[in-house]
Amino acid sequence: MAEGITTLTTETFDEEVGAADGAVLVDFWAEWCGPCKAIAPVLEELAGELDGQVKIAKLNVDDAPDVARRFEVMSIPTLIIFKDGAPAKRLVGAKPKAALLADLDEFIS
Amino acid sequence: MSDDVRKVIIIGSGPAGLTAAIYAARANLEPLVLEGEPSSTSDQPGGQLMLTTDVENYPGFPDGVMGPDLMQMFRGQAERFGAELQTVRASRVDLSARPYGVWVGDPDTAQPTHRADAVIISTGAQSIMLGLDRETDLVGHGLSTCATCDGFFFRDRDIIVVGGGDSALEEAIFLTKFASKVTVIHRRDELRASKIMQDRARANPKIEFRWNSIVVEYLGDSSLTGVVVEDTQTGERTSVATDGLFIAIGHKPNTDLFKGQLEMKDSGYLITLPDSTRTAVDGVFACGDVQDDYYRQAITAAGSGCMAAIDAERWLEE
Repeated sequence: MAEGITTLTTETFDEEVGAADGAVLVDFWAEWCGPCKAIAPVLEELAGELDGQVKIAKLNVDDAPDVARRFEVMSIPTLIIFKDGAPAKRLVGAKPKAALLADLDEFIS
Repeated sequence: MSDDVRKVIIIGSGPAGLTAAIYAARANLEPLVLEGEPSSTSDQPGGQLMLTTDVENYPGFPDGVMGPDLMQMFRGQAERFGAELQTVRASRVDLSARPYGVWVGDPDTAQPTHRADAVIISTGAQSIMLGLDRETDLVGHGLSTCATCDGFFFRDRDIIVVGGGDSALEEAIFLTKFASKVTVIHRRDELRASKIMQDRARANPKIEFRWNSIVVEYLGDSSLTGVVVEDTQTGERTSVATDGLFIAIGHKPNTDLFKGQLEMKDSGYLITLPDSTRTAVDGVFACGDVQDDYYRQAITAAGSGCMAAIDAERWLEE
């Protein structure tokens, strides 16, 4: 596991995301998805830079298809930003770091 | 900006760009590779192979290789010989005066980010969308640009693939691993795909073909529920329900950056001199799909990337 990134499972999702205060970015990803691999290092950097402001977490859709279904994820990578436990913003597709930071701006305290 | 003038800058990091990087690095040209930025289209570091699964026709891999894994190996090989790889996108080039200028980030700054004696262009091509209303909004909501990324979410669903070439059939066959039925919609009554792909697709019981048909409208509010299909012979329009749509109708070269500076075909592909990767501008070379609208294979892209590095090396020595 990358430092600073929380690995979620079906079992831990509600506790780590649903019950969390503040902003959590959840990366829905899978091993077989090229663009997901491409943004993985970007998310690691963000986890370091936004430490304490936005929590960065990832959920493997192969391991937790039920959670992916619950949030109607139909394309990966999908990044959902949760605010105080509720989905607040949804980003579909891999994006460069600058674009992700702009999308996260309103959640950065 | 940097005051250093590099020997060679390579723009793009698919098979062509990274092969050029391997050869240029081994020739001590200390290449800088501007790889591009993450995206869910094929216009991304690693190029079109990043959106594929099994590559079965790349020599040296008798059991096949995963596209993203192959590109990781290309990248590692280029790095090993000292190529400098930056995961950034070139935003502007100035090929009017030497050394040539290449910008990263804000294209409006007066000074380029990098300057180089030679530039190798390997920005590749990306898939074409249908260009219908609400297309961008529906991506990720039933409309997909990446079958390998999204097929998983269409388990036991009915889906549509638009197109009739090798990539369309490859996607259709891949998607039958998940979907209950895959309808291939093609505007002609015959496929332009290779014989082996046609045979495989026709033999697949989950694949159906709908000939002489084009998709003219997307249906559904927040996510795709169907499409309106027009019969190209009769003009008759019918609604077809679907859970997902995958588009594979061809590619366009990534050449916007070079408009007005390099010669291109009407289709946008860069023109190179016969039997060479040289463009009409001295010291500017083009390789891979950005200049190839005919073969468009990983191996031909890699081959022309090698040619570009050798052409650049000899030109620098002149």
